[in-house]
Amino acid sequence: MKPAPFAYAKAYSVADAIHLLAEEEARLLAGGQSLIATLNMRLDRPRLLVDINAVPGLDSIALKNGHVEIGALVRYAQAQRSREIARHAPLIALAIPHIGHPAIRNRGTIGGSIAFADPAAELPACVVALDAEMEIAGPEGRRTVRGEDFFQALFETALAPRDVLTAIRIPIADETARVGFAELTRRHGDYAIVGLAACARADGKRLADIRLVYFGVGAAPVRARHAETALSGGDVEGAVAALGYDLHPDQDLHATAALKSYLAGVLLRRVSKQLMTPLAAERCP
Amino acid sequence: MSARFHDIALDVNGEPIRERVDARMTLVDFVREQLSLTGSHVGCEHGVCGACTVRVNGVVVRGCLMLAVQCDGMRVDTIEGVAASREIDDLQQAFIERNALQCGYCTPGMLLTAQELLALDSMPSRETIRTYLSGNYCRCTGYQAIVDAVEAVAQARARAKRDEERE
Repeated sequence: MKPAPFAYAKAYSVADAIHLLAEEEARLLAGGQSLIATLNMRLDRPRLLVDINAVPGLDSIALKNGHVEIGALVRYAQAQRSREIARHAPLIALAIPHIGHPAIRNRGTIGGSIAFADPAAELPACVVALDAEMEIAGPEGRRTVRGEDFFQALFETALAPRDVLTAIRIPIADETARVGFAELTRRHGDYAIVGLAACARADGKRLADIRLVYFGVGAAPVRARHAETALSGGDVEGAVAALGYDLHPDQDLHATAALKSYLAGVLLRRVSKQLMTPLAAERCP
Repeated sequence: MSARFHDIALDVNGEPIRERVDARMTLVDFVREQLSLTGSHVGCEHGVCGACTVRVNGVVVRGCLMLAVQCDGMRVDTIEGVAASREIDDLQQAFIERNALQCGYCTPGMLLTAQELLALDSMPSRETIRTYLSGNYCRCTGYQAIVDAVEAVAQARARAKRDEERE
C-alpha cells in the first residue's frame, strides 16, 4: 500500500524540530525503518512528518563523564563499526548484528529504535539492562530519563508529543562488566520471538548486580527479577524455574505463550554462559 | 517549510535530476514512476523483502522505507546505473551461469546487497553470505545457487587481486 497524504518539513536544529512538532498529528522522522513501514500500511496517518536527519550534532559517539554517549541519529551500521561501542558498550555491540538486515542497519537509528519502543526490539531491552539514560529535549528544556522509567506501555514511552530523544548515555563497561545477549527468530534479522539482554558484574567467581531483561514477551522490556536473584546464587536451573514468576507472555503470530516461556529458559541458559565469560574474548568479533 | 509537494535535486546514476515530488512518494516509486527506472522492484512495501533495494550515498537501503523527498541533495544509484558502470559484471555473469535467478524479481536487490558485502568482506564464509542476504527474499531458487554465485565471485576477485599483486 501507499501512505496517506502528509506534509513534510525538514528540521535544522532540535529547537526547530520541537517547534515543528507543535502541529497536530506530527511525527518525527529519523531512520524511518519502522515509521515509513507503518505509513505504507496506513497503520498511522500523520498530517506532518518532521525530518530530523539534517539536524547537526546528533550522530556522534563520544566518551563523556564515565558514559558512552550515543547520539540519537547514530545509525546501526555506524554503531556496529564503532570501536568505542565495541570496547565500552559491549552489550550494544552484541545486539546490533541481530537488528534487521544490512539495508535496514544502514538507515535505521539507535534513537529511533528506542523512541519507537517496539516490544520485540533489541535496543529497548539493552538500555534497560544497562541502566542507560535517555536525554530528551522538549518545549520546557532538557531532561534525562532512566531506561526502566522510559518504557511505559505498548509503544508508549516517557516521550511527550513534542519531545525529541537526542542521546543515550550508557555507563562505560569496566573490567568487571559481563554482558550477554541472545534471541530467537524465524529468520536472521527479524523481530525476536523471544530475546534476552543481560549484564552483570563479576565478583570473584560469582556474579553481582545481574540485570536480565527480556523482549518479545510483554508490552515493554521485562526485567526478570526472580531469575536475577537465583542466578546471583549461581543457580542457573533455579533461575530458569524462577522465570515462571517473572514472565507472563501472551501468544502472538510467532509462538504460543507456552513456547515463549520455554524459549525464555533456553535463552537464559545460553546467556548465563556468556555472563560467566570475561569480556575480552567477546570484544574481538 | 512544511508542505506536501517539494522540489528536489539529486544525482541518480550519475545524472543530475530535478523533480517535484509528493512527500508521501517512496524512493522506489519515485525511481520507477517518475524516472522510469523499473529495475528496482516493489514487493512487500514494508521493508521485509528487499526487492526495492537501491543505494543512497553509497550504501544499500530499502527503497520502500525512504521517501523521495528525503533524497534532496543525495546520490542515488539504482541497479540500472550500477550495472551500466560494469561494477557488477562478474556478479551478474555468475548469477546467470549458476541459475541464481528464475523470475528475476529479487535479483537487482540481491546483486546490490551482495556487492556491498563483497566490498566489506572480500572472502565471506557461506554463513556470512547467507546472513548478509537474509533481508532479500527469493521465492524461486532456494538461495543455494545465489550463495554459490556470490562465493564464486568472492574467490574469483581474490584470485584476480593476488595475480595483480604478483605482477
